[in-house]
Amino acid sequence: MNDLHSAVAQAISLVAAADPTLAQIVLLSLRVSLTAVLLAALVGLPLGALLAVARFPGRGAVVAMLNALMGLPPVVAGLLIYLLLSRAGPLGALGLLFTPTAMIIAQAVLVAPILAALTRQVMEGLWEEYAEQLRSFGASPARAVPTLLWDGRFALLTVLLAGFGRASAEVGAVMIVGGNIEGFTRVMTTAIALETSKGDLPLALALGLVLMTIVLAVNALAQGLRDRGLRLA
Amino acid sequence: MRAPDAILPLRAEGLGFAAGGVAVLHDVSLTLAAGPPTLILGPNGAGKSVLLRLLHGLLAPSAGAVRWGGPAADPRRHQAMVFQRPVLLRRSVLANLRYPLALAGLDRAEQDRRAAEALALVGLAPLADRPARKLSGGEQQRLALARAAALRPEVLFLDEPCASLDPAATGAVEQIIQALAARGTKLVMTTHDLGQARRLAGEIAFLHRGRLLEHTPAARFFAGPATAEAAAFLRGELIW
Repeated sequence: MNDLHSAVAQAISLVAAADPTLAQIVLLSLRVSLTAVLLAALVGLPLGALLAVARFPGRGAVVAMLNALMGLPPVVAGLLIYLLLSRAGPLGALGLLFTPTAMIIAQAVLVAPILAALTRQVMEGLWEEYAEQLRSFGASPARAVPTLLWDGRFALLTVLLAGFGRASAEVGAVMIVGGNIEGFTRVMTTAIALETSKGDLPLALALGLVLMTIVLAVNALAQGLRDRGLRLA
Repeated sequence: MRAPDAILPLRAEGLGFAAGGVAVLHDVSLTLAAGPPTLILGPNGAGKSVLLRLLHGLLAPSAGAVRWGGPAADPRRHQAMVFQRPVLLRRSVLANLRYPLALAGLDRAEQDRRAAEALALVGLAPLADRPARKLSGGEQQRLALARAAALRPEVLFLDEPCASLDPAATGAVEQIIQALAARGTKLVMTTHDLGQARRLAGEIAFLHRGRLLEHTPAARFFAGPATAEAAAFLRGELIW
């Protein structure tokens, strides 16, 4: 019990003092996860919207597969990217393994199906409402995609948030392709796992506190934007 | 004052439509030419909305064909449709007006000119910057009409545009519809409201159970319909 007490106290003082090691880990985590979500959004949002408006044979199977990919275990995503980027792999020559870039790629692969699947769900409801009117205007389904994305922008904030939550919370993928190298590829989740196993509870707890705070803050921001948007549109 | 016909006359030849194995429309043939509004009249479930969607091209007929007789290569660009429940984009009033104009390839200056003209027509100019979906029901339908009018269609389809509006809003919408008819737009409109049909119609197409029973000038239809079903409908009897 005393251990826990002193660990919490030390954790708070680490955060309060903006400990440089802690700060570096936090900033790298944010950079990796935010970039990964951005990249995943560039692919996942249009893909999800297109899937909402397109009708083709096998569409049901594609939707089912996408939904299944939402549950892709991070370690599996990590393993796939590891195989691609390892020296013997097809992209080994790029020398990206154990770099932040590799971590971004792995998280983007993990998050893109989540964004696409959730976007499809949101956009399908909107398309049901808009389809006749947009066809009356002469808009093709492909032309409807940007319209739907823009008009569903506030609902998509929640989708992006789900993606960011997944990226910032996962350990397995960044551990495998990043290697948890101190000062280079160590992020909050991998540091927490390592420090806990080493018994350095204060740093692990401090990181846990920061992680929770960031997730809460991002959620609050998105919620605020969404409420404001819904009032205005 | 009217521009020469680009797409009219419209000929429906033996139109049939079935949904899920249930026939909704049987062998409907009619010709619509430029001139006063055509009101498609009939009880609920007669197939009025389906006929309108077939004519506009939103539905593909399971039998027959829709043919536009005018010289225009792309008839789609010369028609517009207003729905019973207005479908407004989650944007400002002005952005709603601009959207189809941009799709039609008009430049920004022309979009703004037409949007301003359409806003004036429906009396919504002071609300141009408001979110469209925060407007009242009547204002939303007037915006939908303005949006269609801004496209300057030769033919405007209206599917029960007043069905969910109160009398005051209905009056405002009818006034706009009459202004559009007066400037030469061919209106093709469904309604099950006899009073509205009397106020607006130049000619009546009477549908009953998916069949076109009459297509005559409004005056003749209201003076003495040719079929027993239409007579019963005019007497206000519950036919279906």
